[in-house]
Amino acid sequence: MNTRSDYDVAIIGAGLSGLAAGIRLAHFGRRVCIFERHNAPGGLNSFYSLAGRKYDVGLHAVTNFVRPGTKGTPLAKVLRQLRIDRDEFDLCEQKRSRIAFGPAGETALHFTNDFAFFESEIARVFPAQAAGFRALTDLVRTTPFGAPTPLSRPILRQHLSEPLLVEMLLCPILFYGGAQAHDLEFSQFAMLFDAIFREGLSRPFAGIRTILHVLLDKYRQAGGERRMKCGVKQIVEQAGRAAALVLDDGTEITATQVISSIGAPETAALVAAAAPPEIGGGPGRISFVETMSIFDRQPAALGWGEDTIVFFNDSPQFAYDRPAGPVDVRSGVICFPNNFEFGGGRQLAEGIFRATCLANYDAWTGQPEAAYRASKQQWFEQVQTSARRFLPPVADSALAAATVSTDMFTPRTIERFTGHRNGTIYGSPAKVHSGATGLANLYLCGTDQGLLGIVGSMLSGIMMANQHVLRKTDPGP
Amino acid sequence: MTKDECKQAVVAIIADIAPDEDLSNLKSDVRLRDQLQLDSMDFLDIVMELRKRHGIEVPEADYGQLASLDSCAEYLTPKFNAQAAKS
Repeated sequence: MNTRSDYDVAIIGAGLSGLAAGIRLAHFGRRVCIFERHNAPGGLNSFYSLAGRKYDVGLHAVTNFVRPGTKGTPLAKVLRQLRIDRDEFDLCEQKRSRIAFGPAGETALHFTNDFAFFESEIARVFPAQAAGFRALTDLVRTTPFGAPTPLSRPILRQHLSEPLLVEMLLCPILFYGGAQAHDLEFSQFAMLFDAIFREGLSRPFAGIRTILHVLLDKYRQAGGERRMKCGVKQIVEQAGRAAALVLDDGTEITATQVISSIGAPETAALVAAAAPPEIGGGPGRISFVETMSIFDRQPAALGWGEDTIVFFNDSPQFAYDRPAGPVDVRSGVICFPNNFEFGGGRQLAEGIFRATCLANYDAWTGQPEAAYRASKQQWFEQVQTSARRFLPPVADSALAAATVSTDMFTPRTIERFTGHRNGTIYGSPAKVHSGATGLANLYLCGTDQGLLGIVGSMLSGIMMANQHVLRKTDPGP
Repeated sequence: MTKDECKQAVVAIIADIAPDEDLSNLKSDVRLRDQLQLDSMDFLDIVMELRKRHGIEVPEADYGQLASLDSCAEYLTPKFNAQAAKS
Protein backbone atom coordinates (compact mmCIF):
# COMPACT_ATOMS: atom_id res chain seq x y z
CA MET A 1 0.00 0.00 0.00
CA ASN A 2 1.16 3.49 -0.84
CA THR A 3 4.35 2.32 -2.41
CA ARG A 4 3.45 2.73 -6.05
CA SER A 5 5.47 5.30 -7.94
CA ASP A 6 3.36 5.67 -11.06
CA TYR A 7 -0.28 6.76 -11.26
CA ASP A 8 -2.83 7.61 -13.87
CA VAL A 9 -3.50 10.85 -12.02
CA ALA A 10 -1.67 12.60 -9.22
CA ILE A 11 -3.57 15.27 -7.32
CA ILE A 12 -1.74 17.93 -5.34
CA GLY A 13 -3.65 18.94 -2.20
CA ALA A 14 -6.36 17.16 -0.18
CA GLY A 15 -8.73 20.10 0.04
CA LEU A 16 -12.34 19.89 -1.04
CA SER A 17 -11.56 20.28 -4.74
CA GLY A 18 -8.74 17.73 -4.74
CA LEU A 19 -10.83 15.20 -2.83
CA ALA A 20 -13.80 15.67 -5.16
CA ALA A 21 -11.60 15.23 -8.24
CA GLY A 22 -10.08 12.15 -6.62
CA ILE A 23 -13.47 10.57 -5.93
CA ARG A 24 -14.55 10.98 -9.56
CA LEU A 25 -11.35 9.53 -10.94
CA ALA A 26 -11.08 6.63 -8.50
CA HIS A 27 -14.75 5.77 -9.04
CA PHE A 28 -14.08 5.36 -12.73
CA GLY A 29 -11.08 3.13 -12.25
CA ARG A 30 -8.19 5.56 -12.47
CA ARG A 31 -5.21 4.87 -10.27
CA VAL A 32 -5.18 8.11 -8.29
CA CYS A 33 -3.10 9.42 -5.44
CA ILE A 34 -3.61 12.67 -3.55
CA PHE A 35 -0.49 14.22 -2.05
CA GLU A 36 -1.08 16.49 0.95
CA ARG A 37 1.63 18.31 2.85
CA HIS A 38 -0.30 18.53 6.11
CA ASN A 39 -1.54 15.81 8.39
CA ALA A 40 -5.16 16.99 8.17
CA PRO A 41 -7.22 17.15 4.99
CA GLY A 42 -9.35 20.12 4.02
CA GLY A 43 -6.91 22.79 2.89
CA LEU A 44 -8.66 26.14 3.25
CA ASN A 45 -11.58 24.39 4.96
CA SER A 46 -10.12 22.29 7.69
CA PHE A 47 -10.18 21.94 11.44
CA TYR A 48 -7.73 21.69 14.26
CA SER A 49 -7.72 20.73 17.89
CA LEU A 50 -6.52 22.99 20.62
CA ALA A 51 -6.86 22.21 24.32
CA GLY A 52 -9.35 19.44 23.59
CA ARG A 53 -11.57 21.58 21.36
CA LYS A 54 -12.06 21.21 17.66
CA TYR A 55 -12.11 24.46 15.74
CA ASP A 56 -13.26 24.82 12.16
CA VAL A 57 -11.12 26.96 9.89
CA GLY A 58 -12.62 28.47 6.81
CA LEU A 59 -16.19 27.37 7.10
CA HIS A 60 -18.60 30.08 8.25
CA ALA A 61 -21.46 28.66 6.29
CA VAL A 62 -21.86 26.30 3.38
CA THR A 63 -23.25 28.54 0.64
CA ASN A 64 -25.25 27.20 -2.35
CA PHE A 65 -27.76 25.55 -0.02
CA VAL A 66 -30.94 24.38 -1.77
CA ARG A 67 -33.72 22.28 -0.34
CA PRO A 68 -34.26 18.69 -1.50
CA GLY A 69 -35.80 18.44 -4.93
CA THR A 70 -34.15 21.60 -6.29
CA LYS A 71 -32.26 20.28 -9.28
CA GLY A 72 -29.63 21.66 -11.58
CA THR A 73 -27.92 23.76 -8.90
CA PRO A 74 -24.27 23.39 -7.85
CA LEU A 75 -25.19 21.45 -4.68
CA ALA A 76 -27.44 19.03 -6.59
CA LYS A 77 -24.70 18.49 -9.17
CA VAL A 78 -22.04 17.81 -6.55
CA LEU A 79 -24.23 15.29 -4.72
CA ARG A 80 -24.99 13.43 -7.93
CA GLN A 81 -21.51 13.45 -9.34
CA LEU A 82 -19.99 12.21 -6.09
CA ARG A 83 -22.84 9.74 -5.38
CA ILE A 84 -23.52 11.39 -2.04
CA ASP A 85 -26.90 11.19 -0.37
CA ARG A 86 -27.74 14.70 0.80
CA ASP A 87 -28.48 13.48 4.32
CA GLU A 88 -24.83 12.48 4.63
CA PHE A 89 -23.80 16.16 4.66
CA ASP A 90 -26.35 16.93 7.37
CA LEU A 91 -26.81 20.46 6.04
CA CYS A 92 -28.85 22.61 8.43
CA GLU A 93 -30.21 25.94 7.25
CA GLN A 94 -29.26 29.32 8.65
CA LYS A 95 -31.70 31.10 10.92
CA ARG A 96 -31.31 34.62 9.61
CA SER A 97 -28.40 36.75 8.52
CA ARG A 98 -27.89 40.47 8.20
CA ILE A 99 -25.98 43.10 6.28
CA ALA A 100 -25.50 46.00 8.70
CA PHE A 101 -24.12 49.39 7.65
CA GLY A 102 -23.54 52.52 9.73
CA PRO A 103 -21.66 53.12 13.00
CA ALA A 104 -23.91 50.64 14.85
CA GLY A 105 -25.49 48.93 11.88
CA GLU A 106 -28.44 51.32 11.68
CA THR A 107 -29.22 50.36 8.08
CA ALA A 108 -29.83 46.64 7.98
CA LEU A 109 -30.95 44.17 5.33
CA HIS A 110 -31.86 40.74 6.64
CA PHE A 111 -31.82 37.60 4.55
CA THR A 112 -32.73 33.97 4.92
CA ASN A 113 -32.73 31.07 2.49
CA ASP A 114 -35.97 32.40 1.00
CA PHE A 115 -34.98 34.84 -1.68
CA ALA A 116 -38.45 36.43 -1.65
CA PHE A 117 -37.75 37.54 1.92
CA PHE A 118 -34.57 39.29 0.81
CA GLU A 119 -36.50 41.01 -2.00
CA SER A 120 -39.04 42.21 0.55
CA GLU A 121 -36.22 43.56 2.72
CA ILE A 122 -34.81 45.52 -0.23
CA ALA A 123 -38.31 46.92 -0.87
CA ARG A 124 -38.75 47.77 2.82
CA VAL A 125 -35.42 49.58 3.26
CA PHE A 126 -34.98 50.94 -0.26
CA PRO A 127 -38.50 51.18 -1.72
CA ALA A 128 -37.35 53.07 -4.80
CA GLN A 129 -34.83 50.33 -5.68
CA ALA A 130 -37.14 47.31 -5.84
CA ALA A 131 -37.57 47.35 -9.63
CA GLY A 132 -33.85 47.90 -10.22
CA PHE A 133 -33.05 45.03 -7.90
CA ARG A 134 -35.37 42.74 -9.86
CA ALA A 135 -33.64 43.73 -13.09
CA LEU A 136 -30.26 43.07 -11.49
CA THR A 137 -31.47 39.65 -10.35
CA ASP A 138 -32.55 38.86 -13.91
CA LEU A 139 -29.12 39.84 -15.18
CA VAL A 140 -27.49 37.61 -12.56
CA ARG A 141 -29.69 34.74 -13.63
CA THR A 142 -28.64 35.02 -17.26
CA THR A 143 -24.91 35.56 -16.72
CA PRO A 144 -23.04 32.33 -17.41
CA PHE A 145 -20.19 31.28 -15.16
CA GLY A 146 -16.78 32.07 -16.50
CA ALA A 147 -17.93 34.49 -19.18
CA PRO A 148 -15.50 37.40 -19.39
CA THR A 149 -17.37 40.31 -17.88
CA PRO A 150 -16.62 43.85 -16.70
CA LEU A 151 -16.39 44.79 -13.02
CA SER A 152 -19.56 44.65 -10.94
CA ARG A 153 -19.86 48.03 -9.25
CA PRO A 154 -20.59 50.00 -12.45
CA ILE A 155 -23.18 47.38 -13.47
CA LEU A 156 -24.81 47.51 -10.04
CA ARG A 157 -24.93 51.31 -10.25
CA GLN A 158 -26.68 51.11 -13.61
CA HIS A 159 -29.48 49.17 -11.94
CA LEU A 160 -29.51 50.77 -8.51
CA SER A 161 -29.50 54.53 -8.02
CA GLU A 162 -28.89 54.25 -4.26
CA PRO A 163 -25.11 53.89 -3.70
CA LEU A 164 -25.64 52.56 -0.17
CA LEU A 165 -27.51 49.54 -1.52
CA VAL A 166 -24.75 48.88 -4.04
CA GLU A 167 -22.19 48.80 -1.22
CA MET A 168 -24.44 46.67 0.97
CA LEU A 169 -24.76 44.05 -1.78
CA LEU A 170 -21.05 44.05 -2.56
CA CYS A 171 -20.07 43.63 1.11
CA PRO A 172 -21.11 39.99 1.65
CA ILE A 173 -20.11 39.04 -1.86
CA LEU A 174 -16.59 40.41 -1.57
CA PHE A 175 -16.14 39.00 1.94
CA TYR A 176 -17.20 35.55 0.73
CA GLY A 177 -15.19 35.48 -2.45
CA GLY A 178 -13.38 38.67 -3.44
CA ALA A 179 -9.84 37.84 -4.59
CA GLN A 180 -9.02 41.40 -5.62
CA ALA A 181 -9.47 44.78 -3.99
CA HIS A 182 -12.67 46.84 -4.27
CA ASP A 183 -14.58 44.91 -6.89
CA LEU A 184 -14.87 41.66 -8.81
CA GLU A 185 -15.87 40.55 -12.26
CA PHE A 186 -19.61 40.52 -12.75
CA SER A 187 -19.69 36.80 -13.57
CA GLN A 188 -18.02 36.16 -10.18
CA PHE A 189 -20.55 38.50 -8.55
CA ALA A 190 -23.38 36.56 -10.19
CA MET A 191 -22.02 33.22 -9.01
CA LEU A 192 -21.67 34.47 -5.42
CA PHE A 193 -25.03 36.27 -5.48
CA ASP A 194 -26.66 32.95 -6.38
CA ALA A 195 -24.61 31.06 -3.80
CA ILE A 196 -25.43 33.43 -0.92
CA PHE A 197 -28.82 34.98 -1.70
CA ARG A 198 -30.74 33.01 -4.33
CA GLU A 199 -29.59 29.70 -2.86
CA GLY A 200 -28.52 30.10 0.74
CA LEU A 201 -26.46 29.36 3.83
CA SER A 202 -26.23 26.14 5.79
CA ARG A 203 -23.90 24.13 7.96
CA PRO A 204 -23.48 20.51 9.00
CA PHE A 205 -24.15 20.17 12.71
CA ALA A 206 -20.57 18.99 13.32
CA GLY A 207 -19.07 21.54 10.93
CA ILE A 208 -16.58 20.92 8.15
CA ARG A 209 -15.53 17.55 9.63
CA THR A 210 -18.79 15.99 8.45
CA ILE A 211 -18.14 16.97 4.84
CA LEU A 212 -14.50 15.92 4.95
CA HIS A 213 -15.35 12.54 6.47
CA VAL A 214 -17.92 11.85 3.76
CA LEU A 215 -15.43 12.76 1.05
CA LEU A 216 -12.60 10.73 2.59
CA ASP A 217 -14.88 7.69 2.96
CA LYS A 218 -16.06 7.90 -0.66
CA TYR A 219 -12.53 8.32 -1.88
CA ARG A 220 -11.24 5.35 0.07
CA GLN A 221 -14.16 3.14 -0.94
CA ALA A 222 -13.53 4.02 -4.58
CA GLY A 223 -9.95 2.83 -4.21
CA GLY A 224 -8.17 6.18 -4.13
CA GLU A 225 -4.86 6.52 -2.34
CA ARG A 226 -3.65 9.48 -0.37
CA ARG A 227 -0.37 10.35 1.20
CA MET A 228 -0.54 12.77 4.06
CA LYS A 229 2.42 14.80 5.37
CA CYS A 230 3.77 14.31 1.90
CA GLY A 231 3.78 17.47 -0.16
CA VAL A 232 4.99 17.97 -3.69
CA LYS A 233 8.05 20.20 -3.78
CA GLN A 234 8.76 20.18 -7.49
CA ILE A 235 7.07 19.51 -10.79
CA VAL A 236 9.70 18.34 -13.26
CA GLU A 237 9.02 19.73 -16.71
CA GLN A 238 10.06 17.89 -19.86
CA ALA A 239 8.99 18.75 -23.40
CA GLY A 240 6.08 20.84 -22.21
CA ARG A 241 4.71 18.20 -19.86
CA ALA A 242 4.79 17.51 -16.14
CA ALA A 243 7.12 14.54 -16.42
CA ALA A 244 7.50 13.77 -12.71
CA LEU A 245 6.71 15.06 -9.25
CA VAL A 246 9.34 15.31 -6.55
CA LEU A 247 7.88 14.78 -3.10
CA ASP A 248 9.05 16.54 0.06
CA ASP A 249 11.03 13.46 1.05
CA GLY A 250 12.86 13.47 -2.29
CA THR A 251 10.98 10.53 -3.80
CA GLU A 252 10.05 10.93 -7.44
CA ILE A 253 6.71 9.75 -8.75
CA THR A 254 5.21 9.88 -12.21
CA ALA A 255 1.64 10.31 -13.38
CA THR A 256 -0.01 10.50 -16.77
CA GLN A 257 -1.95 13.55 -15.64
CA VAL A 258 -1.54 15.94 -12.73
CA ILE A 259 -4.23 18.09 -11.12
CA SER A 260 -3.07 20.80 -8.76
CA SER A 261 -5.45 22.35 -6.26
CA ILE A 262 -2.87 24.52 -4.52
CA GLY A 263 -3.38 27.73 -6.49
CA ALA A 264 -2.12 29.15 -9.78
CA PRO A 265 1.01 31.05 -8.67
CA GLU A 266 1.74 28.32 -6.10
CA THR A 267 1.61 25.67 -8.83
CA ALA A 268 3.74 27.75 -11.21
CA ALA A 269 6.34 28.11 -8.46
CA LEU A 270 6.72 24.30 -8.25
CA VAL A 271 7.58 23.91 -11.91
CA ALA A 272 11.27 23.46 -12.44
CA ALA A 273 11.85 24.56 -16.01
CA ALA A 274 14.13 26.85 -17.94
CA ALA A 275 11.09 29.01 -18.72
CA PRO A 276 8.52 28.34 -15.97
CA PRO A 277 4.93 28.67 -17.18
CA GLU A 278 2.84 31.67 -16.31
CA ILE A 279 -0.40 30.41 -14.85
CA GLY A 280 -3.06 33.02 -14.29
CA GLY A 281 -1.69 36.18 -12.69
CA GLY A 282 0.33 36.87 -9.58
CA PRO A 283 -0.83 36.06 -6.07
CA GLY A 284 -3.68 38.04 -4.53
CA ARG A 285 -3.26 40.60 -1.77
CA ILE A 286 -6.46 40.09 0.20
CA SER A 287 -6.08 38.32 3.52
CA PHE A 288 -7.91 38.14 6.83
CA VAL A 289 -7.65 37.69 10.54
CA GLU A 290 -10.30 35.78 12.42
CA THR A 291 -10.96 35.76 16.14
CA MET A 292 -12.82 32.96 17.86
CA SER A 293 -14.34 32.99 21.32
CA ILE A 294 -15.86 29.95 22.96
CA PHE A 295 -18.54 30.46 25.60
CA ASP A 296 -20.13 28.21 28.19
CA ARG A 297 -23.57 29.11 26.82
CA GLN A 298 -25.35 29.79 23.55
CA PRO A 299 -24.86 33.28 22.04
CA ALA A 300 -28.61 33.88 22.41
CA ALA A 301 -28.31 33.25 26.15
CA LEU A 302 -25.73 36.05 26.31
CA GLY A 303 -28.26 38.39 24.76
CA TRP A 304 -26.83 38.37 21.24
CA GLY A 305 -29.93 37.17 19.48
CA GLU A 306 -30.08 34.59 16.74
CA ASP A 307 -28.16 36.11 13.84
CA THR A 308 -26.33 33.47 11.83
CA ILE A 309 -23.96 35.74 9.89
CA VAL A 310 -23.59 39.52 10.15
CA PHE A 311 -21.71 41.41 7.44
CA PHE A 312 -20.86 44.79 8.91
CA ASN A 313 -19.41 48.08 7.77
CA ASP A 314 -19.41 51.21 9.90
CA SER A 315 -19.85 53.78 7.13
CA PRO A 316 -21.84 54.09 3.88
CA GLN A 317 -18.75 53.40 1.73
CA PHE A 318 -17.34 49.89 1.82
CA ALA A 319 -13.55 49.61 1.39
CA TYR A 320 -12.47 46.08 0.49
CA ASP A 321 -8.71 46.21 0.24
CA ARG A 322 -5.48 45.27 1.92
CA PRO A 323 -5.40 47.67 4.86
CA ALA A 324 -2.45 49.98 5.50
CA GLY A 325 -2.20 48.74 9.09
CA PRO A 326 -2.33 45.14 10.30
CA VAL A 327 -6.16 44.94 10.37
CA ASP A 328 -9.08 46.98 9.06
CA VAL A 329 -11.71 46.76 11.77
CA ARG A 330 -14.16 49.12 10.05
CA SER A 331 -15.82 46.20 8.35
CA GLY A 332 -16.00 42.47 8.86
CA VAL A 333 -18.04 39.34 9.22
CA ILE A 334 -19.51 37.85 12.38
CA CYS A 335 -20.45 34.18 12.42
CA PHE A 336 -22.41 32.37 15.12
CA PRO A 337 -22.16 28.67 14.23
CA ASN A 338 -24.81 27.99 16.89
CA ASN A 339 -27.47 29.84 14.95
CA PHE A 340 -28.47 27.28 12.36
CA GLU A 341 -31.67 25.20 12.48
CA PHE A 342 -30.06 21.95 13.59
CA GLY A 343 -33.34 20.20 14.23
CA GLY A 344 -33.98 17.20 16.44
CA GLY A 345 -33.35 19.27 19.57
CA ARG A 346 -29.67 19.50 18.70
CA GLN A 347 -27.55 22.44 19.73
CA LEU A 348 -23.80 22.94 19.75
CA ALA A 349 -22.39 22.20 23.20
CA GLU A 350 -20.68 25.58 23.48
CA GLY A 351 -21.30 29.06 22.17
CA ILE A 352 -19.00 30.20 19.38
CA PHE A 353 -18.43 33.77 18.22
CA ARG A 354 -16.23 34.29 15.20
CA ALA A 355 -15.28 37.69 13.81
CA THR A 356 -13.30 38.17 10.61
CA CYS A 357 -11.64 41.34 9.29
CA LEU A 358 -9.40 42.27 6.38
CA ALA A 359 -5.71 42.09 7.23
CA ASN A 360 -2.35 43.03 5.79
CA TYR A 361 -0.11 40.03 5.15
CA ASP A 362 3.15 41.98 5.31
CA ALA A 363 2.29 43.39 8.73
CA TRP A 364 1.80 39.90 10.13
CA THR A 365 4.85 38.17 8.73
CA GLY A 366 8.49 38.55 9.46
CA GLN A 367 7.88 39.64 13.05
CA PRO A 368 9.73 37.93 15.87
CA GLU A 369 7.54 35.49 17.76
CA ALA A 370 7.03 37.69 20.83
CA ALA A 371 5.96 40.70 18.79
CA TYR A 372 3.64 38.52 16.72
CA ARG A 373 1.94 37.23 19.84
CA ALA A 374 1.57 40.71 21.24
CA SER A 375 -0.01 41.91 17.97
CA LYS A 376 -2.40 39.01 18.05
CA GLN A 377 -3.53 39.89 21.54
CA GLN A 378 -3.92 43.56 20.72
CA TRP A 379 -5.86 42.98 17.51
CA PHE A 380 -8.00 40.26 19.01
CA GLU A 381 -9.46 42.89 21.32
CA GLN A 382 -9.91 45.46 18.57
CA VAL A 383 -11.61 43.04 16.16
CA GLN A 384 -14.06 41.86 18.78
CA THR A 385 -14.74 45.35 20.07
CA SER A 386 -15.46 46.54 16.56
CA ALA A 387 -17.72 43.60 15.72
CA ARG A 388 -19.68 43.95 18.94
CA ARG A 389 -20.86 47.41 17.82
CA PHE A 390 -23.21 45.57 15.47
CA LEU A 391 -24.67 43.26 18.11
CA PRO A 392 -26.95 43.94 21.06
CA PRO A 393 -24.79 45.24 23.91
CA VAL A 394 -23.41 42.68 26.35
CA ALA A 395 -21.33 43.85 29.30
CA ASP A 396 -17.60 43.09 29.12
CA SER A 397 -17.79 41.42 32.51
CA ALA A 398 -20.62 39.10 31.43
CA LEU A 399 -18.70 38.16 28.32
CA ALA A 400 -15.49 37.53 30.21
CA ALA A 401 -17.32 35.36 32.73
CA ALA A 402 -18.83 33.21 29.95
CA THR A 403 -15.62 32.86 27.91
CA VAL A 404 -13.91 29.50 28.19
CA SER A 405 -11.40 29.80 25.39
CA THR A 406 -10.22 32.04 22.56
CA ASP A 407 -8.06 31.72 19.50
CA MET A 408 -7.13 33.77 16.48
CA PHE A 409 -5.68 33.14 13.07
CA THR A 410 -3.79 35.62 10.93
CA PRO A 411 -2.46 35.82 7.36
CA ARG A 412 0.66 34.10 8.67
CA THR A 413 -1.41 31.15 9.95
CA ILE A 414 -3.26 30.90 6.64
CA GLU A 415 -0.05 30.80 4.64
CA ARG A 416 1.52 28.25 6.96
CA PHE A 417 -1.38 25.82 6.72
CA THR A 418 -2.56 26.33 3.15
CA GLY A 419 0.60 27.34 1.33
CA HIS A 420 -1.34 30.23 -0.21
CA ARG A 421 1.08 33.07 -0.89
CA ASN A 422 0.22 36.32 0.88
CA GLY A 423 -2.15 34.36 3.12
CA THR A 424 -4.98 34.67 0.64
CA ILE A 425 -8.24 32.80 1.09
CA TYR A 426 -9.72 33.50 -2.32
CA GLY A 427 -6.47 33.06 -4.20
CA SER A 428 -5.29 34.91 -7.22
CA PRO A 429 -7.44 37.64 -8.86
CA ALA A 430 -6.93 36.17 -12.35
CA LYS A 431 -8.99 32.99 -12.45
CA VAL A 432 -8.12 30.22 -14.91
CA HIS A 433 -11.54 28.85 -15.82
CA SER A 434 -10.18 26.29 -18.27
CA GLY A 435 -7.79 24.88 -15.67
CA ALA A 436 -5.04 24.92 -18.31
CA THR A 437 -1.51 25.65 -17.15
CA GLY A 438 0.72 25.70 -20.21
CA LEU A 439 1.98 22.20 -19.38
CA ALA A 440 0.00 19.74 -21.47
CA ASN A 441 -0.93 17.30 -18.71
CA LEU A 442 -1.09 19.66 -15.72
CA TYR A 443 -4.40 21.27 -14.73
CA LEU A 444 -5.66 23.47 -11.94
CA CYS A 445 -8.70 22.90 -9.80
CA GLY A 446 -9.98 24.73 -6.74
CA THR A 447 -9.99 28.39 -5.82
CA ASP A 448 -7.90 29.65 -8.73
CA GLN A 449 -10.04 27.84 -11.27
CA GLY A 450 -12.71 30.33 -10.24
CA LEU A 451 -15.36 28.41 -8.34
CA LEU A 452 -15.63 29.43 -4.72
CA GLY A 453 -17.07 28.22 -1.47
CA ILE A 454 -17.33 24.70 -0.20
CA VAL A 455 -19.78 23.50 -2.83
CA GLY A 456 -17.98 25.48 -5.54
CA SER A 457 -14.63 23.91 -4.64
CA MET A 458 -16.04 20.42 -4.93
CA LEU A 459 -17.69 21.32 -8.23
CA SER A 460 -14.37 22.66 -9.50
CA GLY A 461 -12.62 19.37 -8.77
CA ILE A 462 -15.43 17.46 -10.44
CA MET A 463 -15.44 19.65 -13.55
CA MET A 464 -11.71 19.53 -14.04
CA ALA A 465 -11.60 15.74 -13.53
CA ASN A 466 -14.44 15.32 -16.04
CA GLN A 467 -13.08 17.71 -18.60
CA HIS A 468 -9.40 16.91 -18.59
CA VAL A 469 -9.30 13.26 -17.59
CA LEU A 470 -12.56 11.36 -17.96
CA ARG A 471 -13.67 12.90 -21.25
CA LYS A 472 -10.40 12.05 -22.91
CA THR A 473 -10.49 8.62 -24.48
CA ASP A 474 -8.12 6.16 -22.98
CA PRO A 475 -7.82 2.40 -22.90
CA GLY A 476 -9.70 2.24 -19.58
CA PRO A 477 -9.04 -0.17 -16.80
CA MET B 1 -29.70 -9.36 -24.57
CA THR B 2 -33.04 -7.97 -25.71
CA LYS B 3 -33.74 -4.31 -26.28
CA ASP B 4 -35.91 -4.30 -23.17
CA GLU B 5 -33.10 -5.69 -21.07
CA CYS B 6 -30.81 -3.07 -22.53
CA LYS B 7 -33.25 -0.33 -21.51
CA GLN B 8 -33.38 -1.80 -18.02
CA ALA B 9 -29.59 -1.67 -17.79
CA VAL B 10 -29.64 2.01 -18.78
CA VAL B 11 -32.42 2.81 -16.31
CA ALA B 12 -30.43 1.03 -13.57
CA ILE B 13 -27.49 3.33 -14.30
CA ILE B 14 -29.66 6.46 -14.28
CA ALA B 15 -31.20 5.34 -10.98
CA ASP B 16 -27.73 5.26 -9.45
CA ILE B 17 -26.41 8.52 -10.84
CA ALA B 18 -29.64 10.49 -10.30
CA PRO B 19 -31.34 8.93 -7.28
CA ASP B 20 -33.44 12.08 -6.88
CA GLU B 21 -35.28 11.45 -10.17
CA ASP B 22 -38.54 9.54 -10.44
CA LEU B 23 -37.98 6.87 -13.09
CA SER B 24 -41.27 5.00 -12.71
CA ASN B 25 -43.01 6.55 -15.71
CA LEU B 26 -40.22 6.98 -18.23
CA LYS B 27 -41.38 7.06 -21.82
CA SER B 28 -39.07 5.16 -24.16
CA ASP B 29 -39.62 7.36 -27.17
CA VAL B 30 -39.17 10.73 -25.43
CA ARG B 31 -35.75 12.32 -24.99
CA LEU B 32 -34.40 11.63 -21.50
CA ARG B 33 -33.47 15.31 -21.15
CA ASP B 34 -37.13 16.23 -21.69
CA GLN B 35 -38.37 13.94 -18.93
CA LEU B 36 -35.58 14.19 -16.40
CA GLN B 37 -33.22 16.87 -15.20
CA LEU B 38 -30.06 15.45 -16.75
CA ASP B 39 -27.19 17.66 -17.84
CA SER B 40 -24.04 16.92 -19.80
CA MET B 41 -22.27 15.84 -16.60
CA ASP B 42 -24.96 13.21 -16.05
CA PHE B 43 -24.66 11.94 -19.62
CA LEU B 44 -20.91 11.67 -19.15
CA ASP B 45 -21.70 9.49 -16.13
CA ILE B 46 -24.02 7.25 -18.14
CA VAL B 47 -21.18 6.73 -20.61
CA MET B 48 -18.62 6.14 -17.86
CA GLU B 49 -20.87 3.67 -16.04
CA LEU B 50 -21.51 1.76 -19.29
CA ARG B 51 -17.80 1.30 -19.60
CA LYS B 52 -17.25 0.49 -15.94
CA ARG B 53 -20.11 -1.98 -15.56
CA HIS B 54 -20.42 -3.48 -19.01
CA GLY B 55 -17.17 -2.76 -20.79
CA ILE B 56 -19.01 -0.77 -23.45
CA GLU B 57 -17.30 2.16 -25.11
CA VAL B 58 -19.34 5.09 -26.37
CA PRO B 59 -17.17 7.57 -28.28
CA GLU B 60 -18.01 11.22 -27.68
CA ALA B 61 -19.28 11.58 -31.27
CA ASP B 62 -22.00 9.03 -30.46
CA TYR B 63 -23.32 10.61 -27.24
CA GLY B 64 -26.36 11.76 -29.25
CA GLN B 65 -27.37 8.11 -29.65
CA LEU B 66 -28.23 8.05 -25.95
CA ALA B 67 -30.98 10.67 -26.25
CA SER B 68 -33.97 8.41 -25.46
CA LEU B 69 -34.35 4.89 -24.08
CA ASP B 70 -35.40 3.70 -27.53
CA SER B 71 -32.33 5.18 -29.19
CA CYS B 72 -30.17 3.79 -26.35
CA ALA B 73 -31.61 0.33 -27.04
CA GLU B 74 -31.00 0.63 -30.78
CA TYR B 75 -27.45 1.76 -30.30
CA LEU B 76 -26.36 -0.22 -27.25
CA THR B 77 -28.03 -3.63 -27.65
CA PRO B 78 -25.61 -4.74 -30.40
CA LYS B 79 -22.73 -3.50 -28.24
CA PHE B 80 -24.00 -5.46 -25.24
CA ASN B 81 -24.32 -8.57 -27.41
CA ALA B 82 -20.89 -8.12 -28.93
CA GLN B 83 -19.48 -7.76 -25.42
CA ALA B 84 -21.31 -10.94 -24.28
CA ALA B 85 -19.95 -12.84 -27.28
CA LYS B 86 -16.40 -11.83 -26.32
CA SER B 87 -16.54 -13.30 -22.85
